[in-house]
Amino acid sequence: MTGSGPPVPRPGQLVARTAGPNPPVLSCRALRKVFGGHVVLDDLDLDVAEHEVVALIGASGSGKSTLLRCVNLLEDLDDGTIHLDGEHITDPRVSPDLVRRRIGIVFQAYNLFPHLSVLDNITLAPRRVYRRDRAEAEFQARELLARVGLAEKAGDYPDRLSGGQQQRVAIVRALVNAPRLILLDEVTSALDPELVGEVLTMIRDLKADGMTMVLATHEMGFAREVADRICFLDGGRVIEEGPPEQVLGEPTQPRTRQFLRRIIEAGRLQAPPTG
Amino acid sequence: MILTNHRPSTIARERAAYRKRQTVRSVLIAATSTGLLGTLLVVAVTGAPGWERVQQSFFDPQIARDALPDVLTGLWLNVQLLVCCALGALTLGLLLAVLRTLRGPVFFPVRALATGYTYTFRGLPVIIVLYVLTLGVPGLRLQGMPSVLVLGGIALVLTFGAYLAEVFRAGIESVHASQLAAARSLGLTYRQTMRYVVLPQAVRRVAPPLLNDIIALQKDVGLVSLAGPIDAVRAAQIATAESFNYTPYIVAGVLFVLLAIPLIAVTDWVTLRAARRQAER
Repeated sequence: MTGSGPPVPRPGQLVARTAGPNPPVLSCRALRKVFGGHVVLDDLDLDVAEHEVVALIGASGSGKSTLLRCVNLLEDLDDGTIHLDGEHITDPRVSPDLVRRRIGIVFQAYNLFPHLSVLDNITLAPRRVYRRDRAEAEFQARELLARVGLAEKAGDYPDRLSGGQQQRVAIVRALVNAPRLILLDEVTSALDPELVGEVLTMIRDLKADGMTMVLATHEMGFAREVADRICFLDGGRVIEEGPPEQVLGEPTQPRTRQFLRRIIEAGRLQAPPTG
Repeated sequence: MILTNHRPSTIARERAAYRKRQTVRSVLIAATSTGLLGTLLVVAVTGAPGWERVQQSFFDPQIARDALPDVLTGLWLNVQLLVCCALGALTLGLLLAVLRTLRGPVFFPVRALATGYTYTFRGLPVIIVLYVLTLGVPGLRLQGMPSVLVLGGIALVLTFGAYLAEVFRAGIESVHASQLAAARSLGLTYRQTMRYVVLPQAVRRVAPPLLNDIIALQKDVGLVSLAGPIDAVRAAQIATAESFNYTPYIVAGVLFVLLAIPLIAVTDWVTLRAARRQAER
């Protein structure tokens, strides 16, 4: 790695590929977070390698969203450390603003800015944070929008868009900063079932481009397909992790089995063949 | 809207006809009751035993004509003062509101000062502020003392700035935390988040109450006349004293209402637009 900031992707490419072995993009050690006496993250460890896609699964309140918010420094940790590309980002002397530019996050409720057009939503950070000129930022934004089939929506305001379209815009907005890592916080949970597909397609394309991603999800089928590794969170810890076939197919931990049984009963995942 | 060849059914046509009849009926009832009430009021007022005397001392056309030029000159002062004070109070209010949202121990004094300010000046009657500034401050006999008019304007800005600060603050706090999270996650600093994400949404939401306070300010700018400058009300008072007739006050009152109508109309329009936007969500 050079010290001159994150590599810049070529036009039309979302991820700059780097050659050679690298330290993990993300490395979390012994994370602890307490909300009003309730331990949400409890001695949690997680490493994410370059180009790896990690899916976090687990019941509501198992700490998936909190973990993502902590990684993006939107929440202060009570204990533990987070390293991004080998740099200690939970050091209080590190500027959170600089760290966040290298991490993209997409929220469950999209969180688009309602007073800005789609184009302005996407170009806000490039123009104000990176001081790029308007024409250049808009050119790049339009190119990305065209890639995800939203070129004609550039001038619309978010409330004119469907949920799926809003979420795709939110993903583009996170991508435009060319982040090293993208965090996806249950990005399809607020969507009507028929709109989920378009967002998942986009994430699939990102994986094909080699984007490093951590996603919290309830879409088990999608997690199985897209993730290189699945982490099952329970009580604020990763209690089981491994390749999707193993964690979803032959879980070793009783808690994982119990969780998957409930998911299968709810019809969110096909039962593995018995035997 | 795409028009199709759809032919409304008999039921739909009957419904439309019924609704139309109901509308016509409502309009007729409204017109009749308004006419009746108006007539009653006119009869009650003009039939009152003292009406003739009141008409002479409040509605004398000749005196109204004579007083109009002076009152208009005074009103021009009101307008100028209103524009300056409104701009000043809006700026001060926005500044105070933003200062109150700053976090971190460094900003504690600033935050405390801003909070103390809004508490004090919302509680203090504007007349007292006016007297202190226009009568007390010149007594210091400092060099380069601004005129009483400017001091009076400052008093109004100080008082209304405190009101407007609270309106702005309510707007800032109404912007959901997820908007801040989204902005910060993109790498925007706190200042950039305020400037490009929070304030634009906040100001849009509180535009109706802000304009309402500006209308209140429009009436209160007349209070500077207590310190000497001749505004519309003061001009009317002088004319009244000369003619021993209250008609000039009515003239000033009518002019004030006329002046307020455009502002009130704008406020109503902004409120309506905001409500419609909410409904679209």
